[in-house]
Amino acid sequence: MTDFPPIDLDLPKGARVVVAMSGGVDSSVTAALVREAGYETIGITLRLYDDNGAPKRAGACCGGDDARDARAVADKLGIAHYVLDWASQFRANVIDDFVNEYVAGRTPIPCVRCNQRVKFADLLDSARDLGAAALATGHYARRTIEADGTALRRGREIARDQSYFLFATTQPQLDFLRFPLGDWPKDKVREAAAAFGLPVASKPDSQDICFVPDGRYADLVRKLRPDAAGPGEIVHIDGRALGTHDGVIGFTVGQRRGLKIAGDEPLYVVALDAAARRVVVGPRASLGRDQVSMRETNWLSLPDPAREIEVKLRSAQPPAAARVRATDTQARSAEIELAMPVEGVAPGQACVVYDGDRVLGGGWIETTRLGALAA
Amino acid sequence: MASPAYLDWNATAPLKQAARDAMRAALDDVGNASSPHAPGRRARRRIEDARAILAAQLAIDPARIVFTSGATEANATALTGARVLASAIEHASVAAWATAKCPVDQRGVLDLAALDRMLRDDPLLSIVAVMAVNNETGVMQPIGEAAEIAHRHGRRLHVDAVQAAGRMDLAPLAAVADTMSLSAHKMGGPQGIGALLLTDDLCATPLLRGGAQERRRRAGTENTAAIAGFGAAAAELAGDRTACAGIAELRDALEVELKARAGDLVIYGEGAPRSANTSCFGVPDLPAETVLMALDLEQIAVSSGSACSSGAVEPSPVLLAMGVDEAAARTAVRVSLGPASTRGDIDRLLSAWGSLYDRRRRRAA
Repeated sequence: MTDFPPIDLDLPKGARVVVAMSGGVDSSVTAALVREAGYETIGITLRLYDDNGAPKRAGACCGGDDARDARAVADKLGIAHYVLDWASQFRANVIDDFVNEYVAGRTPIPCVRCNQRVKFADLLDSARDLGAAALATGHYARRTIEADGTALRRGREIARDQSYFLFATTQPQLDFLRFPLGDWPKDKVREAAAAFGLPVASKPDSQDICFVPDGRYADLVRKLRPDAAGPGEIVHIDGRALGTHDGVIGFTVGQRRGLKIAGDEPLYVVALDAAARRVVVGPRASLGRDQVSMRETNWLSLPDPAREIEVKLRSAQPPAAARVRATDTQARSAEIELAMPVEGVAPGQACVVYDGDRVLGGGWIETTRLGALAA
Repeated sequence: MASPAYLDWNATAPLKQAARDAMRAALDDVGNASSPHAPGRRARRRIEDARAILAAQLAIDPARIVFTSGATEANATALTGARVLASAIEHASVAAWATAKCPVDQRGVLDLAALDRMLRDDPLLSIVAVMAVNNETGVMQPIGEAAEIAHRHGRRLHVDAVQAAGRMDLAPLAAVADTMSLSAHKMGGPQGIGALLLTDDLCATPLLRGGAQERRRRAGTENTAAIAGFGAAAAELAGDRTACAGIAELRDALEVELKARAGDLVIYGEGAPRSANTSCFGVPDLPAETVLMALDLEQIAVSSGSACSSGAVEPSPVLLAMGVDEAAARTAVRVSLGPASTRGDIDRLLSAWGSLYDRRRRRAA
C-alpha cells in the first residue's frame, strides 16, 4: 500500500478502465493508480514496430522489450493485460506520414499522429468494445469539466507538459480519456513507481521518436523513400548559390549546424523547397515569422479572434502571444498572427492554441510569413 | 462471477484424472529407466506400459513408437533433411519444413488432384505431409486418399494427427501413415510429451544423439512421469470419441445461435467434414483480438487463428490458404470444445459474444 492520494476519474465505482501501457514508468504508474482507486483495470500494450535486431537503447518505447516490461508491471498489479500487435496500422498511419512529411520538406511530429490515428482512434474504439468507461493514459495533461464541455489543459508541471502532442484530440475522444498524472510532478511519479514496487521504477524516460531508436531519422527516410533523397543546392535568400547538400530530408527550418558553409555571418535554414530540392538559408534576422497558416485544424473550443491568446509552435518552445485571425472550420484551416516574430517556425510542426492553460485546439503549420512577405 | 469457461481445447486439454494419478505415482518414485536395478526397472515398466497402451490404440507394434518432447519435435524428427510437400494448412511445426505446399479448396480440404500433379511434376519431393484434422477449422483431411497418391508415387506420408486424438479412430491413420505425430496434452495428458510413429528406422533422423534411449532414435533420459501420463490419457481415447459425438450437438447449437444473432457471420470450413468439437467463425470488422479480450474479461477462453507470440501478427495462413481475404482472416475466432464442455459454457459464450457484437454494431451505426 502507498500513501499517495487516490485519483478520481469521475466514473462509477468499479467501472472498467483500459490503461494504455507503453512499458514506461508513467503509464505503469497510471495503471497502478487506476487500480488503486478501485476501478477494474485492464492494461493494453501496443506493439507498434518490429524492433527485432534493433540495437537495444534505453529510452525508446512500444517495441518488444517494452511489451515485456508492461506485462511484468501488469502481473505485479494483478490486472488483465493484452499486447496488440498493431505494427501494420502504425506503419500506415504514422511512419509513412512521417516519411512523406520529411520528403515534402516539412518537420513532422509522429507522436501527434500516433495519438490521433492509433491511440485515440483504434485503441479507444477497442476500449469501448471491451465495455470500458474510459481510456487512461500516462500523458502529462489535465482534463477538466467546464460549463462548455470537457476541457484539455496543460500538465501542472510545465516542463513535463505534453498537451502540445494532444491538440488533435476531439471532444468525443476527450470525454472518454483520462490523464491521471496531469497533476503530478515527475519525481513523485518515480517515487510512486518505487512505492508500488513496479519493476520499471528506474527505467529511463522515453525520448525522441520511438521507431527511430538511434535518432537518425534521415536514414529511415532514405531507406523507405530512396527516390526522395536527391542532392540539391543551398541557396541564400539573396539568390546566391552557396553550395550543395545531400537531400532536404537532413534539414529543418531554424537549424544552423550541419550546413558546412563558410561565411562571414552565421547562416540558418530559412525554408525548404522539396520540389526544387533547395535549401534556403539566411542570417538569423531572416528567420522571424509572424504569420502562420494552419491546416487540418481541430478545435475543442473556437478561439475568439478579438482576444489575445497564446500559441506553441514547437514542443520545446515557450508559448507566444498571438491572435487567431480567421478560422474556417469547413476547410479546417486557420490563420495565426503572432504579436512578435518567432524564429524557427517549421512547416509540419503543430501550432497549438492556448487560452491560459487550456488547449483550445490547433493545427499543422502549412506556411509561414513575415508581414506581407511570403517565405 | 460464474466459473471460467474453457473453450480452447485445441490449444490444450485439461489434464485427465488418470493422467494425474499416473504422473504422481511416477514422480513419487525414483529410478532411471536405463538402470538395471529395481527402481530403474520400475521406471522402464511405466514407459513400456504407456507405449503398449498407445500402440494398442493405434493398432501397431509398440516398437514403432518413439517418445519425444512433443509433436513439434516429432514433426522435426520425421521431416528433417527431406524435401517435403506439405498441405498449405499445416501447423507451423510442419510448415517450417515444407519445400512446396499443396493447395486446399475453399472449405479447407486438401486438393488431391493438385497433390497428384505436384508429385508427378517434382520427383525430388520425398515426403508428403498432411494433417489429419486442422487445428484452426477442425476440417478433416482425406488421409486415406492422400496416402494412396503418395505411395503410388513412391513417396512417404507423414501425418500430424495431433488434433485427431479423441476425435476419430487413430488406427486407420496409423495404418496408412509412414510417420505420424501425436501430442499428449491435446488428449488430456501432460504438456511436453509427444510421440512419433515410425514404419522403419529409415524414415527419421534422430535429432538428439548420444544415448541408447528409444532404440537410439531419441537420446536422453526419458520423461518418465510425462510418458506415464501420456499412456493413461491415451487409454481413455475411446471414451473421448464417444463424448466427442455428443459435443457435436453443442457445437452445432452454438453455430445456429451465432448465425441467428449475426446475419453477417461466416463459419470457416463449414461445408467440409469437420471435427465435432471445433468452430472457427468471424464477422466483418470485429477483430479476433477484440473478441479474445472481451471474452477473456468474462472469463471465457477461446483462441484466434492469428495468435503469434513474438513477431508481427499475420492473418492465419490456414484461412488465407482457403482463399479467405486478409481482413476477414483477422476476424476469425476459434472455439474448441472437449468432453467436459457444457451447454452452460455455450450460453455464456453466446451472451458475451452477443453483447460485444451489439456494442460494436451500435458504435459503427
